[in-house]
This record gives sequence, structure tokens and C-alpha cells, in this order.
Amino acid sequence: MDILQILSNTGSSLIAPATIGYALAALGLAMHFGFTGLLNMGVAAFMAIGAYGYAISILTFGFPWWGGMLVGVGGSIVFALILGIPTLRLRGDYLAIVTIAAAEVVRLLFLTTTFDEYTGSADGLSGYHASFRSFNPIPDGTYGFGPWEYNANGWWVRIFGITILAICALILWAVMRSPWGRVIKGIREDEDAVRALGKNVFSYKLQSLMLGGVFGAMGGIIYALPASVNPGVYVTSLTFFVYTALLLGGAATIFGPIIGSVIFWGVQTLLSNLLPALVNIGVLPFMTTTQSQTVRFILVGVALMLLVIYRPQGILGNKKELTFVK
Amino acid sequence: MSSKDAPAAPAERKKTTGLHKGDIAPGVAKVDPIIIADGIRRTFGGLTAVNVDHVEIPRNAITALIGPNGAGKTTLFNLLTGFDKPDEGKWTFDGHALAGMGAHKVARLGQVRTFQLTKALGLLTVLENMKLGAKDQIGENIFRGMIPSLWRKQEAEIEERAIVLLKKFKLDAKSSDFAASLSGGQRKLLEMARALMSQPTLVMLDEPMAGVNPALTQSLLDHILDLKDEGMTVLFVEHDMHMVRHIADWVIVMAEGQVVAEGPPDQVMKDQAVIDAYLGSHQDVDLGIVTGRIEGELNTAAIDLAEEVKDLDANIAKGKETGK
Repeated sequence: MDILQILSNTGSSLIAPATIGYALAALGLAMHFGFTGLLNMGVAAFMAIGAYGYAISILTFGFPWWGGMLVGVGGSIVFALILGIPTLRLRGDYLAIVTIAAAEVVRLLFLTTTFDEYTGSADGLSGYHASFRSFNPIPDGTYGFGPWEYNANGWWVRIFGITILAICALILWAVMRSPWGRVIKGIREDEDAVRALGKNVFSYKLQSLMLGGVFGAMGGIIYALPASVNPGVYVTSLTFFVYTALLLGGAATIFGPIIGSVIFWGVQTLLSNLLPALVNIGVLPFMTTTQSQTVRFILVGVALMLLVIYRPQGILGNKKELTFVK
Repeated sequence: MSSKDAPAAPAERKKTTGLHKGDIAPGVAKVDPIIIADGIRRTFGGLTAVNVDHVEIPRNAITALIGPNGAGKTTLFNLLTGFDKPDEGKWTFDGHALAGMGAHKVARLGQVRTFQLTKALGLLTVLENMKLGAKDQIGENIFRGMIPSLWRKQEAEIEERAIVLLKKFKLDAKSSDFAASLSGGQRKLLEMARALMSQPTLVMLDEPMAGVNPALTQSLLDHILDLKDEGMTVLFVEHDMHMVRHIADWVIVMAEGQVVAEGPPDQVMKDQAVIDAYLGSHQDVDLGIVTGRIEGELNTAAIDLAEEVKDLDANIAKGKETGK
């Protein structure tokens, strides 16, 4: 068992593009669920639209990288509108059902062979890196130390991702401390009361859905930025993982989703390295290495349950502000 | 509790009179109406919840809407405030036609309501609850919200106004607590104070006294009377007849979705239709005396009731014997 290698992999995962992607998606979900109370179960769809929007516009239409990102973000706004206009009149649990269905529709549209030419169906998309990498200001070479040693492209993706994450967190912080944020939190508590005070609740909920959707799309783009767009990623369990990361950090906080994602990925990477190693040295004789990979997802489920029951406010949440307990 | 035991008001305030034109009858025209409603009908499946031909609410007066459970009072409230849509009918508020208008637009026109089940926004602080009530806030636009220099000045003004109101409603010590930590009565006060933040012209209160302890009742009544003094119009739904007698200038009685009577409170309470539909003939009788649990003098109405009760008891006993 190579403990150093395991720790190195775990350390590296803390600033991996996947972690940053999750953090962005969780930030969007904090907007939807933590602050507005919208039980959006379609996080995966917003991420998929971001990633596919980015990849397709580069590969098929020859857009530059920033154009592809704008298309991905624009696509998520359109999706938020299509999803929101008919469903935001629904309450809580119904919205969850509709969004989970919509996310499946989106995923299957990207997966079907009908649009193979654009989406690559089951193979996904790759080879769209040239434009983004050509803007890389970092000279070639390998930088960093310990677990965080990457080449120029690796750093460019990470620095770009962290910058986007910082901007999004700043935007969320700025809007949530404003009177706009006060209306949003009021809607979470009781939308009829807010309506009775002369606020256009529907419009606020739509704005929240769009803003959180943009964060989710950026998350999808960052997630796909270093490697490829793989339709197997944007499944419903992705939504649940993002929820786990969010609830871990604190649903109604700004830094909670970020810290939650970092911890989520850190623990995931640790377990995915540690468990097979333990099996190999005979500490866990009752399972195979393949089974041990499944066990870590079972542990995610258990962790999610424990969180919701014993610490619903998350790590950073205000103890008094329990979004689950009313 | 009989009317004799009702807590005496510290200073009896004058009722507004002379609100109507012509003879008093359901749907009578008012000298200066703030709401004029015509032909409002709302059905839920086969049930006609509200079927009001014509009703006018007088301006700068306190109007009570009373009636038995299921009379359609809250439904009418919901219709007038845009929270529900009628099958047919139209109504104006302060000259604006409201039919088909959304609840938030109605509220912006200055017609603000509270709810039967209090809706304090639990995980917002008391002060945030109050600030939310203010109208036309610059920072409530998402883009302008991101630039504090645009809304800071207004925010300070709103906060000042909120603190004055909170002091008045004796909630200022709680201003930084979550609204969820308030008692039921305090939440009622908060909801009312929050509604006043929007500087309304018409305040609609749905059962403001429900669940409020007697000690708080008096201050709540005074607050409602103050609203009138400040030039607002109040329309409220209430079951507490003492409150209705005490503060209402005008009473509208609903039963089975229709307006069956209206008039000044003293007159309406004597109306036979109202007594039959709602008050019952034994409204001032202490049930304890009738059932013999409390010693006391029975008036004629109570003697009638006691006899009725005896008859019923006898019938039930008979029924049981024959049943066996």
C-alpha cells in the first residue's frame, strides 16, 4: 500500500477541475435551494447544457473558447426559462419531480444517436481544447510542488476555474446581501406573504433559477474543460452528489458549497484509492476491489442521510437557520 | 364571557358614522367607497363559496366582515386581494379596476393584507421582515442590488421607518431575532407592522385576534384604531363579537357566500337575519349557567335555552331506550 501516493492523489483532487465544477454547480444550487427554496433536481441538466453548449459550438461551429462559454451559459438561461415559466407556479415537491424529468429529457437528447453528428451520442465529445489552450499565458513546463504539480495547461484550467468560481461567489454574495436577496429569502419562507407585500414572486423565482443555472452551466464547462464531454457524467446521481456537497458545506451560505465540494472530492478520492488498497493488503477480506468502488457511493448515501438528520445546516450554516426544520 | 365582563376600553374613541347613503340594506351605497364590488361569484366545483351582488367598503372607516364558518369571508378576501380569481365579477379599488390583477400588483396599489394563519418569515430577522414590507426598493432589482451605493441611502430610511414601527408595536427589543422565535401573538403584531411598512391605504386583516391572548388584545385593538386615525381604511374578518362591537364602524354580515346584512354594529347585532344566521339567539348566555355548572341568574333567553337543552337531553335518553 502506497500511502504517499494515496495522499498525493487526495491532495491533488482538492483543486481538480472536477472539484471546481462541482463547487460552481453547488453554488448555483445554493441559489436555487438554499436561498430561494426551489427544490431543483435538475442540476445535471444545467451542467450538461453548459458543457455541450461549449463543446458543440467549438467543434461544429468553430467558435472561439469564450464564444463557446457564452453559448453554454446562454443555453442554461434559455433552459431556465423553458423550465421555469410553466413550473415555477408549482410548489416544492412538484418542482422537484418536473426538474428531475426535464434533466432526464436533456440527457437523453444528448445521448440519442439522432444528433450523433453534433453530440457524439454515447461517445461524447472531445478535442475542443486548441482554442482555450492557445490563450494560455503560462509558458510551457511543469510547475508546483508535492501533489500539486501540473503542466502549463493543467494550471491554466485550474486558475481559470478558480477565477470563475471566485467571481460567481462574489456575485452570489453581492446579490444575497442586497434587498433583492431579502426578497429571495422571504420567498423561501413563505411566498404568499411576500406576494402580499407587493413583490412579483414569479419573476424573482425565475431570476433565481436563471442565475443559479448560469453558475451550474459554468460548473459543467469547467468540469469538461480539461478532458472531454461524457454523457455518462450528467446522470441523476450527479445531481445528488452536488446536493451532498452543498448540504455538507451549508445550503444557505456562500462558502459552504465550495468547502463542501472540496471535502466531497477529497473524501471520494481518498476512499477510491484507500479502499482498493485495503482490499489488496487483505484488511477487507469480504470484498473485491471492484466492490470497494461501489462501497464509496454507498458511503456517500449514508453521509447524506446523516447530514440531513444531524447537521442539516451543514458545516458553515447558522445553527438557527435550519433549512430543513420548519 | 358576557358583554358586561369585557375589558373596558381606556378611552372610548368615536365611531365614524354617516357612512351610507339611503336606507340600510345589503349592498347599500356608501358616501365615499374605497372598494366597489359587483357580481362577484366564485365556485369550487358545485359549491358556490362567494356570490356577492354588490358591496361597497367605506373609506377611512373600520369595516368588519362577519359570518359563520364557511360563509365565504376568507374567499372574498382572497378574491379582493388577487390571491384567487373569481368565476365572474368586477371590482374597483380606489378607482382602479382590479379584476384579473395579480396579488402583488394589488398590493402595490396600496391594498395590503394579512393572513388568518400568520405568515411571519421565520428565518428572516424581525427587522428584515419589516424591511421587506417597504415598497419601491431600488435594491430589489438584481442588477442594482449588486451596487450598494445605489440603495444604501434608501435602505437607511427604510430601517429608520421600520424601527419606529417596531417600537410602536413593542417589538424593537426583538429586532435582530429570527421571526420564528416570536410567540404567536407577537407574530400577528409583526405581520401587521410589516404590512404597514408598505404605507397602504387599505389594510385587510384576516382574523387579527385569532390566538392572541387577552393582554395583547387591547394593544392590538388600539393599533387597529390608530390606523383609522392615520387616514387608512381597515377591513377585517373576525369572530370575536366584542371586538367587532368595540372597534367596527360598519359591519357586513355574510352567510352562504352572500351579504345578508350590513350596518353599524349596534344595529346589525339586533338584525333578526344576523341572529339567525350567525350569532344565535343565545349569544350572551353563559353556557356554564345553562348546564348548571356555575351558579348564576338566568335571563329569559337563557331559560329558553335551558329548556331546549332539557328537551334535547330527554329526546336523547328516549332514543337510547328505544334503541336498546
